[in-house]
Amino acid sequence: MPRKFDAGYYVSEGFHSIFTHGFMSFAAVCMIVACLLIMGSFSLLAVNLDHMLGDLESENEFLAYIDETYTEEEARSLQSEIEAVPNVSQAIFVTREEALTDFKEGRDSNPLLDSLDPEVLRDRFRIHVDDIEQLGQTVEAVEQVKGVANTSVALEIAQGFVLVRNIATGVALVLIGILVVVSLFIIANTIKLATFYRREEIAIMKMCGATNAFVQWPFVVEGLLLGLTGALVAFFVQWGIYQMVAQFIVKGNGLSLVTMISYPGMAKIILPVFCGTGALIGVGGSLLAIRKFLQV
Amino acid sequence: MIRLIDVYKEYDNGTKALKGVNMRIDDGEFVFLVGPSGSGKSTVIKLITGEIGATQGRLMVNGYNLNNIAPRQIPYMRRTLGIIFQDFRLIEKKTVYENLSFAMRAIGASPREVRRRIPYVLQLVGLEQKADRYPGQLSGGEQQRVAIARALVNNPSMIIADEPTGNLDPQRSLEIMMLLERINELGTTVLVVTHEKALVNRFTKRVVAIENGRIISDETGGYYNAEKI
Repeated sequence: MPRKFDAGYYVSEGFHSIFTHGFMSFAAVCMIVACLLIMGSFSLLAVNLDHMLGDLESENEFLAYIDETYTEEEARSLQSEIEAVPNVSQAIFVTREEALTDFKEGRDSNPLLDSLDPEVLRDRFRIHVDDIEQLGQTVEAVEQVKGVANTSVALEIAQGFVLVRNIATGVALVLIGILVVVSLFIIANTIKLATFYRREEIAIMKMCGATNAFVQWPFVVEGLLLGLTGALVAFFVQWGIYQMVAQFIVKGNGLSLVTMISYPGMAKIILPVFCGTGALIGVGGSLLAIRKFLQV
Repeated sequence: MIRLIDVYKEYDNGTKALKGVNMRIDDGEFVFLVGPSGSGKSTVIKLITGEIGATQGRLMVNGYNLNNIAPRQIPYMRRTLGIIFQDFRLIEKKTVYENLSFAMRAIGASPREVRRRIPYVLQLVGLEQKADRYPGQLSGGEQQRVAIARALVNNPSMIIADEPTGNLDPQRSLEIMMLLERINELGTTVLVVTHEKALVNRFTKRVVAIENGRIISDETGGYYNAEKI
């Protein structure tokens, strides 16, 4: 009695076919590795850029000056009210004296500065925000707090960060999208070559009464195995490249302005994404390639 | 059993390959389908195997009505047929045994069934000693025997041989034809498409002659009258 789904046969034929058509399999794996590496490199670049911009964003702050008629205690008491404003992550109180010390720091000694009275300055809050894109609204909301006399914000710089990040993410997404399509096309053609090489086998199977599903399954298994193999190879090669680049950047980055996320820290995301993409490209490519040869 | 009733076939390029063919082949028969090149023989085979559809007319093959057969039913119809080609169409990278097991596994036979059936079929075609050879290590006649074994291995009710001796010398051709005759005696219907007059006339079988897409003679115990065709 013929069996409907012979998984053991499909897997063994898929495996067997990989080794029987060794060169084509090697070419397909190389293609998948190359595509995943290009996609992976762009993605990692985007992620790191986002991370660095995130760091810079978190350092971005604005100042809220408190009305000079408020005593220091009254000014301090505004902290909870300011921190309650949506999007404010932290508000650090700075006294007039501290502000003056900060002001004098890094400046040459000057009799005019030395004689400066802290009373000419105001108590203030250094305010950090969660989302820099909403900085404008947050500043407006803080200005509404009673006792806040004025604010000082470099809105253009903040908007610059947002713009750079959005462009980097957009470019990376577009490139990844294009590369996925190109990869699928390349893999489909690679597997189509392998399928073309085996068109006689397929024709014989069909003439013997094999169903389309029976003919397709070994190719699907083969594509899946090639995709997963390519994904694993790409994962480790990507790791090596990433470490090399990271070391290079650390060496040439004495001031530690650029920080990179560690690869092992991202591995639990990268590995499934690579495996999923590899499997998708392998299986998708197989199905695209074999379609034509089933019409016997 | 095969029935073609008033079958017409016109290809997309306008070629009228069949013009009202009527033919009936009953179970257990041995039939030669003869005719010159371009007469429509191959079109008849392609229609019977479901590779193409008829433009007009009715077709029945082993209980399947090919006029309204669902595409997913075609593989099951093909399992009732064993097809032999002029160029053998063996897989060079597989041994004789593997070529046969490949055909059996293609229709979902279990490894146990494969192990049980192949030695019997190889013995039937006289190749039991050559199971481990590759096609390239066999003579043309032996390769065609492997192709016959492959056609038989799934126990079809009908064998269709399309110019099975086209690539063989007269002695090997005779041997192949005698093997097909023996298979027929064991109960399998055999349809042989050929244009080899001498070979056909050595056997006293039913001969259906086709020319210009029409059946021009159908004689049981007949012979291939090339002049008539």
